[in-house]
Amino acid sequence: MNKLDFIEGKATQIRRDLLKMIVNAGTGHTAGSLSNTDIMTVLFYEVMDMKVDDPDWEDRDRFILSKGHSVESYYTILADKGYFDKEELNTFCQYKSRLIGHPNNKVPGVEMNTGALGHGLAIATGIAKAAKMSKKDYKVYTLMGDGEQAEGSVWEAAMAAAHFKLDNLVGIVDRNNLQITDNTERVMTLEPLADKWKSFGWEVIEVDGHNYQELIDAFSESEKNNGKPTLILANTIKGKGVSFMENKVEWHHGLPSAEELAQALEELSSQKEVKQNV
Amino acid sequence: MSKTANKKVVCQKLIEFAEKDSDIVALTSDSRGSASMTEFGNQLPDQLVEVGIAEQNIVGMAAGLAAGGKKPFITSYAAFVTMRAIEQVKVDVAYSNVNVKIIGISGGVSYGPLGMSHHTLHDIAVMRAIPNIKMVMPADRYDTEKLMKELVDYQGPVYVRVGRNPVEDVHQSADYEFKIGKADQLREGSDLTIIATGELVSTALKAAELLKEDDLSCRVINMHTLKPLDEKAIIKAAEDTGKIVTVEEHSIYGGLGSAVSQVVAENHPVPVKVFGIPDEPAVTGYPEDILNEYGLTPAKIAEKAKEMFN
Repeated sequence: MNKLDFIEGKATQIRRDLLKMIVNAGTGHTAGSLSNTDIMTVLFYEVMDMKVDDPDWEDRDRFILSKGHSVESYYTILADKGYFDKEELNTFCQYKSRLIGHPNNKVPGVEMNTGALGHGLAIATGIAKAAKMSKKDYKVYTLMGDGEQAEGSVWEAAMAAAHFKLDNLVGIVDRNNLQITDNTERVMTLEPLADKWKSFGWEVIEVDGHNYQELIDAFSESEKNNGKPTLILANTIKGKGVSFMENKVEWHHGLPSAEELAQALEELSSQKEVKQNV
Repeated sequence: MSKTANKKVVCQKLIEFAEKDSDIVALTSDSRGSASMTEFGNQLPDQLVEVGIAEQNIVGMAAGLAAGGKKPFITSYAAFVTMRAIEQVKVDVAYSNVNVKIIGISGGVSYGPLGMSHHTLHDIAVMRAIPNIKMVMPADRYDTEKLMKELVDYQGPVYVRVGRNPVEDVHQSADYEFKIGKADQLREGSDLTIIATGELVSTALKAAELLKEDDLSCRVINMHTLKPLDEKAIIKAAEDTGKIVTVEEHSIYGGLGSAVSQVVAENHPVPVKVFGIPDEPAVTGYPEDILNEYGLTPAKIAEKAKEMFN
């Protein structure tokens, strides 16, 4: 099968699974997870080197979900890859489940607990620094939200990662232009965001965050050892894949009704048939 | 009597252990000189990570370094690392439960004249309310040496507060047992127990000596570990002596006095008198002026303790 078709099929399946999981749980961050599903799918099925049967493999690539509220796509991908039984997705947010509403490192495949925004980049910077100090070749990826860019701690870490020349570190911004209240620029002006990162000493690559080839090329580009960390500014659509959720602020943690779920699943299946079982 | 700053012992021991273990990493936030860590940087530059004036980042990066297999020791100003970065301590370190040691330097009123911004009178209250993280305040150089030795092999988050200035020994030698979570009884007594922590333990010992002149037999406990608290030692003190005084360089709210009172009230109610800093920005002055202002001297503690027998 064509690589891009495979990724698209996977992404569609992940979107369907996470929507079902959210409806089953009665809670979740719906639109943000749909926004970053394509980025996450490319990372976990194409880019990152990891061993499902050995989650703590010393040389694995690391991933930190800084926008921890989009945990649904994360758990769904980990389950699909076999880090834990897919049935467990039915326990999401339920009493005593380890599938907490933000990443929990008691779940196989999850490196660190996140959820408070602005933390992931500093953690990823620390891991990347550890890799450099130990002369390890693994890469560290962290996915941030765009609203999260208002946190000062992001920029403390951005400064440090450039200072330490961490070219083994890749930050991704899920630039969907919406946060819980409104459009990001109306809440707090982030633009010119690419220039901000460049001025902090980062290599910046801007892509369509739903274009698999562009994402693959950007991650490939980030692997050149030029002494600079890479920021992939991924332009995305919040709620991507479900027509009535796209670019709608109210779907930040909106819960679909049974009818809405059915419509969403229908739309997703018609976009691309789920083709593979890997 | 010998006087040594505990922060100097921290650096000496870190150099000693880091020379043998390249995974030990010290982090500083433009705090190298203040933390007495300059020598560490000179001797082991590849094991020192300087993050600049960025406390949130020092804690986040330390959590990442630990996740990457390193053994990070943060040496940063107690006032800032326990407030500015408290969410990183809570989430990145404690919640993820990674092997990060945080040494808060120049704690309490060490920076006396610099004002409330630089005082650390809240850290016991804050740290004790966060699950997974332990907290220790060594009393003298012997405690600090033994603590550092234990920390090197101890898995998990620990916060340590030390002061800035030289402190008197409260132990005659290194010949005693030190264990995180185990109270250290320095003096036996039957009428009253003084439970003190950190660098005011020496003050508590002197107060006990003054009380002896009034024929009051005073037990003194060095409660170096604030969490987990040695509740058994507190209950036994309440049962054996019937009166308790607590002494700490911390707000009277949420510190050792509060913790001891809770244990006593729940298990064996007896009168407790709490000595600490009241709920106000501390007066201007050098540390000894501030401690004197708030009654944290041997004479004033002894005087107030005697009133418990009226």
